[in-house]
Amino acid sequence: MNFAGGDDARKTADAVARRSYGKLVAFLAARTRDVTAAEDALAEAFASALVDWPQNGCPRNPEGWLLTVARRKLIDSVRRRQTGEAASTQLQILAEGLEDAAAQAERDMQIPDKRLALLFACAHPAIEAGIRAPLMLQVVLGLDGETIASAFLVSPAAMRKRLSRAKEKIQQAGIPFAIPEREELPHRVDTVLDAIYASFAEGWTDASGTDSIRRNLTDEAIFLARLVVELMPQEPEALGLLALMLHAEARRPARRNIAGDYVPLAEQDPQLWTATLIDEAERLLYRASAMQSIGRFQLEAALQSAHAHRRRTGHDNWAEVVQIYDALIAITDSPVVAINRALAIAEVHGPEAAAAALKDIAADDRLSEYQPYWAARAELLSKTGAHDEARQAYEMAIGLERDTTVRAFLQKRQAALK
Amino acid sequence: MQYLLVLHVSESGWGQLTPEQQQQGTAAYMAYGEALRKAGAFLGSNRLKPSSNSTTVRIANGKTQVLDGPYADTKEQVGGYYLIDVADLDAAISWASRCPAAGHGVVEVRPVWQMQ
Repeated sequence: MNFAGGDDARKTADAVARRSYGKLVAFLAARTRDVTAAEDALAEAFASALVDWPQNGCPRNPEGWLLTVARRKLIDSVRRRQTGEAASTQLQILAEGLEDAAAQAERDMQIPDKRLALLFACAHPAIEAGIRAPLMLQVVLGLDGETIASAFLVSPAAMRKRLSRAKEKIQQAGIPFAIPEREELPHRVDTVLDAIYASFAEGWTDASGTDSIRRNLTDEAIFLARLVVELMPQEPEALGLLALMLHAEARRPARRNIAGDYVPLAEQDPQLWTATLIDEAERLLYRASAMQSIGRFQLEAALQSAHAHRRRTGHDNWAEVVQIYDALIAITDSPVVAINRALAIAEVHGPEAAAAALKDIAADDRLSEYQPYWAARAELLSKTGAHDEARQAYEMAIGLERDTTVRAFLQKRQAALK
Repeated sequence: MQYLLVLHVSESGWGQLTPEQQQQGTAAYMAYGEALRKAGAFLGSNRLKPSSNSTTVRIANGKTQVLDGPYADTKEQVGGYYLIDVADLDAAISWASRCPAAGHGVVEVRPVWQMQ
């Protein structure tokens, strides 16, 4: 959510939205399973806050304030939509249930965190696979449809339609807000992890951290991954995902120089990396590897670990890196992995071999507007001396880049071509 | 919530079974119904006669059309149903997976529109 209100009230509302959006939605929708109604009520509550708070000051417990107002709006909306005796009975049940729970939540000054249950509902097998991650981003983190659409490369109108269809299904089909039974758990975990990683990646694109809501997405993703790890300490992929994200997060301070320019991994100063995060990531990965069940996230974390090790010790491990990419391709069949593998091959076998590897995946339609593909292609072509082609590839990469600092970096590289 | 478990099965399958297999099949369905009753989830169930006995009716341009045969002429046909009352979709899916028809056909889990 993003608010256009005044100063302090807006800041507080922003902060509460980031911290509590999913918690509030989970709480409001738990009884009715009507996520849309919960979100609408919450949006109205935030709008009220932006009117009320500048006049009367921010409440001591803004979360509780929002919950009280949202609860009232939710009951009002049910009342407006339904008439008749049966409806009033249902309304009473809803009102009483919410009233009791909310009173308890306000007494304790905290709303129970049902976000994990909400995550499992969003990632339910009865929900179309492609919409699970966007659904989580919206329902648990409060991202608007447009932002999600651009992250997932589909039109905002199509994304909004698919999101609302999924929410409709949660309610109409009776998808539970619950943590699955033990025997169901492993299958259900994968989709949850995928979606958490998707939200991390979305937050990660804003490296300079100027956009506070998006930067916070990486924190939210790490928070959610910690929650999953805590609930399922024997799930190696959850450990792998958390390790992967912590490795990436550790490098955040080095991703931009003092002037704010983009710094690629190969040129980062390892002294600037957050050592405590790297250490934690390494411990998690070690724990995961002891469970002897390899998976995508553990391999991705192992890659990050290898990169960190090479840069800190100066020990060349590109051959191992290529091996990890080979294993990863066998699992994921992802063109994105294939691009990065080509860059690693360049370090072992030279740019010509890498360019050839990249050619194999060039036919993939998904890549024609995918910025990292063009950036990788440009870099490899410039190394092989094919400067004209490299210039064109840089042109595409620059044209497709959203981040101004990365764009400036690519322009500098392009200008350096002969 | 109430769900209708719609059993889509191949109709030719039953006739190809030996009498023992048919007996076994019937027993499996009986046991399944009994388990549903004991769990307090059972609301109703029926086995349907083969779709060759179906008649479809529709009104087009003010005229009633009556046709012989089922609505959709597919290999698998609706062969029966269970109407159940359970907590949520997960519970309904769990019951659907235990239904013998899930082994030789497809069980569709369809939420019932509750009149309010």
